[in-house]
Amino acid sequence: MRTALRIAALVAILAALIVAPQYLRNYGIYLLSLWSLFAIAAMGLNLTLGYAGQMSLAQAAFLGIGAYAVALLVKAGVPFWVGVPLATLVAFAVGLLLGFPALRVQHHYLAFATLGFNVLVYLAIRNEDWLTGGSMGIGQVMGFAGMPRPSIFGYSLRRGIDFYYLCLAMLCLSTLLVWLLLRSPWGRAFAALRDNPVRAESLAIDIRAYTLLAFAIGAGLAGFAGAFYAPLVQLFDPSPFGLLESLSLLLMVVVGGSGRFWGPHIGAALVLLLPHWLQALLPAWLGPPDQWYLFVFGIAVLVLLTWCPGGLLAIPDRLRARAQ
Amino acid sequence: MAPETSGAAVRLDGIVAGYGQITILNGLSFTAPAAKITTLIGANGAGKSTVFKTIFGIVRPRAGSVTIGGEAVTGFPARELLARGIVYVPQGRNLFPTLSVRHNLELGGITLGSRALIAQRMEAVFARFPRIAERAEQQASALSGGEQKQLEIGRALLLEPKVVLIDEPSIGLAPKVVADVFALLRGLADTGVTTLMVEQNVRSALAVSDHAVALEGGRVAIEGPAGEMLANPRIKSLFLGGHMEQTG
Repeated sequence: MRTALRIAALVAILAALIVAPQYLRNYGIYLLSLWSLFAIAAMGLNLTLGYAGQMSLAQAAFLGIGAYAVALLVKAGVPFWVGVPLATLVAFAVGLLLGFPALRVQHHYLAFATLGFNVLVYLAIRNEDWLTGGSMGIGQVMGFAGMPRPSIFGYSLRRGIDFYYLCLAMLCLSTLLVWLLLRSPWGRAFAALRDNPVRAESLAIDIRAYTLLAFAIGAGLAGFAGAFYAPLVQLFDPSPFGLLESLSLLLMVVVGGSGRFWGPHIGAALVLLLPHWLQALLPAWLGPPDQWYLFVFGIAVLVLLTWCPGGLLAIPDRLRARAQ
Repeated sequence: MAPETSGAAVRLDGIVAGYGQITILNGLSFTAPAAKITTLIGANGAGKSTVFKTIFGIVRPRAGSVTIGGEAVTGFPARELLARGIVYVPQGRNLFPTLSVRHNLELGGITLGSRALIAQRMEAVFARFPRIAERAEQQASALSGGEQKQLEIGRALLLEPKVVLIDEPSIGLAPKVVADVFALLRGLADTGVTTLMVEQNVRSALAVSDHAVALEGGRVAIEGPAGEMLANPRIKSLFLGGHMEQTG
C-alpha cells in the first residue's frame, strides 16, 4: 500500500514537472532545467557524503570539469553525445586521482583537502585563458555564441523548453542509476561504511576501495551534470564552479536530508528556487531593501537545521517521534 | 542447524601490543583449546578486548605471535582471517542500523564471493533464528536488543566459523536473553567451534565455559579450567563479589 502510494506520488510529481513549463516563462523553465542538473550533482554529493560518510567541498569543481570538458571536446569536433560520457569519465577519473591521496584523511581534514582542490580547479580554469577563456568565459575560445545546444535524432534542442525536457530526462536516468546502485551490494557497502566503518572493516569490506569508489562516482555524477550545464547556459566562466557553489551543493544535500534518497532533489529545489521566489514576493510585502530575501532565506535554513538537523525529509520522523 | 566444523586452538605467544605509546599487553601468552569456550576475565583496562583486536589484526603486535590451528596468523588482515573461518563480534552494537536484517546478513558473507552460497547460508541462519527470519526485511535498528545480538551472531555464523571471538555478548541484554546467548555459544562449541569470550558477567560466563584466563596488567594472572576458576578464592575475591585483596 505504501509502495503504491509512493509510486502514485512519484508519477504525479513527474507529470507536474512535464506539464509545468507550459505555464512558465523562459526564466522559470531555465530555473527548472538548472534544478534538474543541480539535483544530479547533489545526488553525487549525497552518495559521497550521505551514503559513504565522506565530506567533500569539491562538488562544484567536478561540475566545472564536466562543463569545460564537454565544451572543449565539442570545440575539438567531438559530437556532444560522445562528449557527455567522456566528460563524465574525466570527472570520475579526476575524482579517483583526488580521492586516492585525499581519502587518507577524514572529516574536517578531508573537507579542507577538497576545498583546496576546488580552489585549485577554479584558479586553473581562470588562469589558463588559452584553453578555457579564463575569466572572460568560454565564449573567448568557442565563439560569441558559446556552447551550442545539441540535437537528438535530428531534433534540435535549441529552445529552452526542449532542453529542459532533456535535463529532466537526464535527472530521471541518473535517479534510476543511483537507485540501482544503492540496491546493489556496492550500495549496501557504502551504507555500511557510513553506519559503522570499524565493523565494516572487520567484515572485510575494503573501506578504502569503497570510499574511493563512492567519491569517484559522486564526482562522475557532478561531471555528468556539468556536461549538460554547459549547453544550458551556453556562455560561462569559472565563477559557477567556485567554493560558494560547492557550499551551495552541500546545503542542498543537508537541507534535503543527507543520506536520504530524495534529499538532493528536494534540497536542490529549496536552495535554487526558494530564494528566487522570495526575491519576487518579499519586496512587495516588506518594501526595500531588495535583499530581504537573503535574510529570510538564511533564517529559514538556520531554523530548519536547528530544529531538524536531518533536513526536510527527516521532518516526518521527527513529528512521529514527538507524537510517541 | 549447527555448522559442522573442526575447531582450531588459538595460541598467543609473548604478545606485546597497545595503542600509540601505551602498552596494554605485556608479553601475553596463553592457549585457548580447540572446540572449547575460553573466557577472558579481568578488570577494566586489563587488556581483554585488546587481545581480540590483536588476534583479529586490528591492533598489530609489537612482539609475539598468534597461531590458529597451527598456522601463524599474526597481523593478518580481516579478509584473510575471515577466509580461514575466524570471526570477531566486537563489543556493543555492531549492526548497520539503516540496512535491513537481510542486508546486514549479506554483508557478513562478503568474503564468500557467491550470492548463491550466501543465500544458502542465510537460510541456515534463518532456520536457527526464526525471530530474525520473520523480520528479515525490517531495518536492523527496529530490532530489540536481544534480536540485534542474535543477528550479530547469525552474521558471524554465516561464514561457518572455526573460531569465534565474541566481546561482551551480554552487554545491555535482559537476563533471559543472556542465558539464550550463552546457550547458543555452548551449542556452537559442542559442534567444534573454538570460542573466545570476553565477559564482565563472570559467574554466568564461567558456568558455560570450559577454560578461563584471568588477565592482570596485560599478562595472564591465573589460567585453568573454568570450573576450578569459579572455586578459586582469588578469582572469587576479584571478580565474583568478594573483597578485593589489599596489595602494597
